[in-house]
Amino acid sequence: MSDSVCYHCGLDCGKSPVEFNDKCFCCNGCKTVYEILNQNELSCYYDLEQNPGTIPKEIQGKFDYLDNEEIAEKLIEFTDGTTSVVEFYIPSIHCSACIWVLENLGTLNPAILNSLVNFPNKTVRINFKSKDTSLKDIVELLTSIAYEPYISLEDADKSAKKVDKTLMYQLGIAAFGFGNVMLLAFPEYFETEGYWLDEFKYMFRWMMLTLSIPVVLYSAKDYFVTAYKGLIKGILSVDVPIALGIIVIFLRSSYEVIADIGPGYFDSLTGLIFFLLLGKVFQQKTYNYLSFERDYKSYFPIAVTKIVAGKEESVPVQDINEGDRLLIRNEELIPIDAILINGEGLIDYSFVTGESEPVYKGTGDKVFAGGKQTGGAIEIDVINKMSESYLTELWSNDIFNKDIPKDNIKNLTNRISKYFTITIVTISVIAGVYWAFIDLGIAANVVTAVLIIACPCALALAAPFAMGNMLRIFGYRKFYLKNDAVIEEIDKITHIIFDKTGTLTTNEANELTYVGDSFTTKELVAVKSLIRSSNHPLSRALNSYIKVDAAVDSILKYQEVVGKGISGELNNLQIKIGSANFVNATKQDTLNTTIYIKINETIKGYYKSKNIYRKQVASIISDLGTNYKLSILSGDNDGEKAYLQSIFPKKTNYLFNQKPQDKLDYIKILQDKGEQVMMIGDGLNDAGALAQSNVGIAISEDINVFSPACDGILDASLFEKLPTFLSLSKKTIRIIKWSFRLSFLYNFVGMYFAITNQLTPLVAAILMPLSSITIVIFVTLMTNLFANKR
Amino acid sequence: MEVIYITMGVSVLLGGLFLYLFFRNVKTGQYDDIYTPSVRMLFDDELVKEPKKDKKQKETVEKKSTQ
Repeated sequence: MSDSVCYHCGLDCGKSPVEFNDKCFCCNGCKTVYEILNQNELSCYYDLEQNPGTIPKEIQGKFDYLDNEEIAEKLIEFTDGTTSVVEFYIPSIHCSACIWVLENLGTLNPAILNSLVNFPNKTVRINFKSKDTSLKDIVELLTSIAYEPYISLEDADKSAKKVDKTLMYQLGIAAFGFGNVMLLAFPEYFETEGYWLDEFKYMFRWMMLTLSIPVVLYSAKDYFVTAYKGLIKGILSVDVPIALGIIVIFLRSSYEVIADIGPGYFDSLTGLIFFLLLGKVFQQKTYNYLSFERDYKSYFPIAVTKIVAGKEESVPVQDINEGDRLLIRNEELIPIDAILINGEGLIDYSFVTGESEPVYKGTGDKVFAGGKQTGGAIEIDVINKMSESYLTELWSNDIFNKDIPKDNIKNLTNRISKYFTITIVTISVIAGVYWAFIDLGIAANVVTAVLIIACPCALALAAPFAMGNMLRIFGYRKFYLKNDAVIEEIDKITHIIFDKTGTLTTNEANELTYVGDSFTTKELVAVKSLIRSSNHPLSRALNSYIKVDAAVDSILKYQEVVGKGISGELNNLQIKIGSANFVNATKQDTLNTTIYIKINETIKGYYKSKNIYRKQVASIISDLGTNYKLSILSGDNDGEKAYLQSIFPKKTNYLFNQKPQDKLDYIKILQDKGEQVMMIGDGLNDAGALAQSNVGIAISEDINVFSPACDGILDASLFEKLPTFLSLSKKTIRIIKWSFRLSFLYNFVGMYFAITNQLTPLVAAILMPLSSITIVIFVTLMTNLFANKR
Repeated sequence: MEVIYITMGVSVLLGGLFLYLFFRNVKTGQYDDIYTPSVRMLFDDELVKEPKKDKKQKETVEKKSTQ
């Protein structure tokens, strides 16, 4: 087996792997998971996939709040006193071994009766005996094998999330009706007289009529409703001619059957409704495991530890009051603005600003909601109500509270259908008047025939299939859009705004530079040897930066202070490495994160860590700069302005030190000038801007976990593909426009038959499905073709 | 040709039966997750109790045989 790859998670173990049972592990966490699984005969886990695991996190005390019954009650979906059902969202589900081990949870805890994984949604539903185990035990068990459930305020608030299955039922009815009507209609296509058919055709016709009734009344009812709603508002949406067509076909066909004139157009009618519904289903591509509607609530914990008279107590977040004292442990989020009372805060505001370097806070300093404590536990005193805190205030902005109805009315199809409907009605009136001079009966036939053949099935299908298909293609390439309407919005964009930190720069890699007195080789070796022992991300970065061989001598008095630094003695050199505060230096560079080096009581200097820009930022910008106006809105200072100016086009606007509200306002101003704005950002501080913009795209390093409310989520590793995605969206709209032309062509042909009173059921039965199917094939092929070219 | 009354009736009834089954499946959530069951059916029912030692070899053999 491979030596240096962790048996559990597949990461590189480095030079000193943890060994157990002849296997290497990258850390003790992974080893523990292996031990748990191995002891319980679940080691089959490792046979299903190579290195399937993820590294477990520290959990001590983290889930104590689940013992609070009020909270547990909110999470549990169903309970009858002895058995309970709970569903968890587990972001780390990623392979078949995950499914296997999670569905064998009962082996690890006998009180778990069964567990069922839903892989696409990344959820596990657990049935357990509530007498023998508690919610907390289960969550701790899951976390101990590195499947930590994601529990947030949002889960607690959830009102029964019911999926609307009406469309599926409607489709089922339509398919049933279509299939049977087609069979029954077929014999009469061949007008053979005196055949056995004459005897049975009445039964066939009445059966077709009967089968069509549920299809029209149930399957197609949404078209009537939306058409009616549109008409009330004076809007001719595409649903108007569809609804009109359906009603006319049904009434005329029924009349033909009842008056014994002909078989009617029930086959075309049911086929039309079936295809339309199929388009609707296809359009509905949802990424169940992604959420595009997150607000601050989904970032926040459900409960916090409150200190009452020296005792710790878990309380739900919404019960926190001004003046309460809270205990925030390592890796916990500060839910509310507060003053630090006890301990040393090292607050990571990456959710809020996108900046991942922790900020030091001492006793008496103000800490803001949304920051995550890294380091020891701290005690804080609450100074604001939850709804009034710096972060949550943004959400009281109208943009988040307005329940903006999805604006379907202005979309491409509906804009065209307005003219289409008027034209059709005009044509039918003219044709009707013309025939009325010759024969009134024929006139009625012609008017209905025009409305039947003009029913814009192909028109209505083009956009759903083209956009639905493109949405899927984007999804495969890790660009997830909220819905198909976003593609059309992207097409109209004129102005693109970038956030800087976390969007143009990456959170993962840092660039180090050294400022200070130069080291002797001996000193450098000592520093490197010391830094090698630490696992902190900054230490690792520094370790790879210093290019000397580390000494083999053992380090004396090694000490690592969480969140501050490390110290030790080596070759008679006393070395301290860490924050300015840790080595008692005055921090000179307040803009960047610094690592100070102190040797034998003298401060030698510091390493400065700078975020680096994503790969190919320059080429992307020059690509986009030719087609769009660009702006930069950054919450940071303007330290990087000179560099940005070198890669951005001359006309770019630069705005620094922007608060979340400022960003939102800036976009509003642009929109008032008539610009269509796309915002590309990442942190919660961009949330307002993302919501205000016409298209808000969130860049995310880990798409499963954190992204603010937006219209689309782009995997950060694919940032360079952004121009491709934009141009593909534009092409999709062009394809739709082409297919509109194609469908008009069909309508011209059909119109010829209708106006000359030659529209037989056979012609309709051929023409209508043919146009729908060719349009669907055309847009699907074209979108795939364009996508593959890239 | 009166048999056509029976055949038509039977065909519509059959269609209705499938429609009913489809409705029932949608309602019980059979189409909610169409991926996981395909993985689940390939798992062994029993937990493997043998010691871990020759596991690796066996696994490669198994993998080859399944491919």
